[in-house]
Amino acid sequence: MTTDTSTPPAPPRVPPRAPRAPRPGPGALSRLACLAVQPILSRTVRRIAARHPSLFARLGPHQTTDFLIDPVELPFALHLRPDPEALIFRAVPRDAAPRAGAVIRGRFMLLLELVDSEEDGDAAFFSRDLEVSGDTEAVVRLRNALDDVDGSIAEETAAMFGRPGRAILARLRRAYLNDSE
Amino acid sequence: MSLAELICPAGTPAALRTAVDAGADAVYCGFQDATNARNFPGLNFTPDELAASVAYAHAKGAKVLLALNTYPPAGKVDLWRQAADTGARLGVDAFIVADMGVADYIARTHPAVRLHLSVQAAASSPEAIRYYCENFGVRRVVLPRILTIPEIRQIRAEIPCEIETFIFGNHGLMVEGRCSLTNYLTGQSTNMDGVCSPASDVDYARHADGSMSSQLAGFTIDCFGPDEKAGYPTICKGRYTAPHRPEGYYAFEEPVSLNLSRLLPELIDAGVHAFKIEGRQRSKSYVRGVVRAFRKAVDDIRAGREANMADLVALTEGQKQTQGAFETKKWR
Repeated sequence: MTTDTSTPPAPPRVPPRAPRAPRPGPGALSRLACLAVQPILSRTVRRIAARHPSLFARLGPHQTTDFLIDPVELPFALHLRPDPEALIFRAVPRDAAPRAGAVIRGRFMLLLELVDSEEDGDAAFFSRDLEVSGDTEAVVRLRNALDDVDGSIAEETAAMFGRPGRAILARLRRAYLNDSE
Repeated sequence: MSLAELICPAGTPAALRTAVDAGADAVYCGFQDATNARNFPGLNFTPDELAASVAYAHAKGAKVLLALNTYPPAGKVDLWRQAADTGARLGVDAFIVADMGVADYIARTHPAVRLHLSVQAAASSPEAIRYYCENFGVRRVVLPRILTIPEIRQIRAEIPCEIETFIFGNHGLMVEGRCSLTNYLTGQSTNMDGVCSPASDVDYARHADGSMSSQLAGFTIDCFGPDEKAGYPTICKGRYTAPHRPEGYYAFEEPVSLNLSRLLPELIDAGVHAFKIEGRQRSKSYVRGVVRAFRKAVDDIRAGREANMADLVALTEGQKQTQGAFETKKWR
């Protein structure tokens, strides 16, 4: 068989930090949103780490990798460094995002459903709803670590904020399901 | 009628519990090392996790099959022997093996534990299968995905062991267990290291027009248009240019998944004992959805009802599915 290992020439690359559908994200609004959600993120990540310590073992050497999780319709991205000794989970304006080892990009509720294994990551990748770049092994380890968590991280997080938290999550899920149909 | 056991994948303990709860008759899994063909980062079981998982499965009436389905490099067989010893100590119900040396060790050392011949052994003739049965006491063969149903029926009549066939999931390169494409590019072996397209060598790049290219070890193996469905970054599913196909074409395989949901009654009638679902690298969501769908289908067929399968195309590679060689040899 006569083949070579090249595909037709690909168009020029886009830097991995550029979001597919950039939000207007004016600096001031984005920074305000980051400030507003940060207490929730800090509390959430501490609780998940305390309740699911086994997930760190599956991360292996990527406990110190910087992940940029980019929910495309939100005015900010999320910076995660899953180091059990120095956990970081913070909202960052896209124009101030750190250089990430791996970037995971998709709609917010898709990302949340992936965390909870309500959606399949490979299927989302096949359909092009999920985009990854950077260190693929880091992304695979994070996916597998989260997939071994029993229960729903989203519901645990919502429950931290009582009835209003659960109501907001239920409403987001309904909207996501309606959009997906 | 055969028992039509449902054999389901698990890459983590949580996935194993999900599979059992969704109706698996047996779950197959592997250790976190080169002894199994899904040696992917962050996947698989520690011995402690396997012990707890065996207990969980057995408590719910399900079996656990341990995949030791890679080939030990010369002089490095101890890892496979230790894995077999650990599996036997933890009470797994069967080993899935490909290598004759591993099969021989288990047959001699743990004769009470069933041996299943992995698809990685690529045993597709009655003579080959009988050889494994007579020499190592193999009780079940997982057939390569290259046979039609009439051929499976004929093989069944000529072998002394059970038959297991894949019914859903990745549709891999023929001849299974002999693929050296990943090794050629990355230096790591699918068959000896258990890694097909190791994630550490995979790179995805998005381009200004919305297209996405996938690379393995620096070689571009596909470029998906902005609205095109994607596949796994494996060389066998890559799209290449050639002098006679300058537009690019799938030289080996296409990004497509096997789905035999419509052929289940015929497979049962042909004497297939067990149905295997591929996908230890997939999520709990995949395991839950696929196992539930096939559990219901098999139960419907057993009860004499027509199986009304859920649509699983969203979970297939490239969102395309095929009945492959099971339907016709002309499938590709």
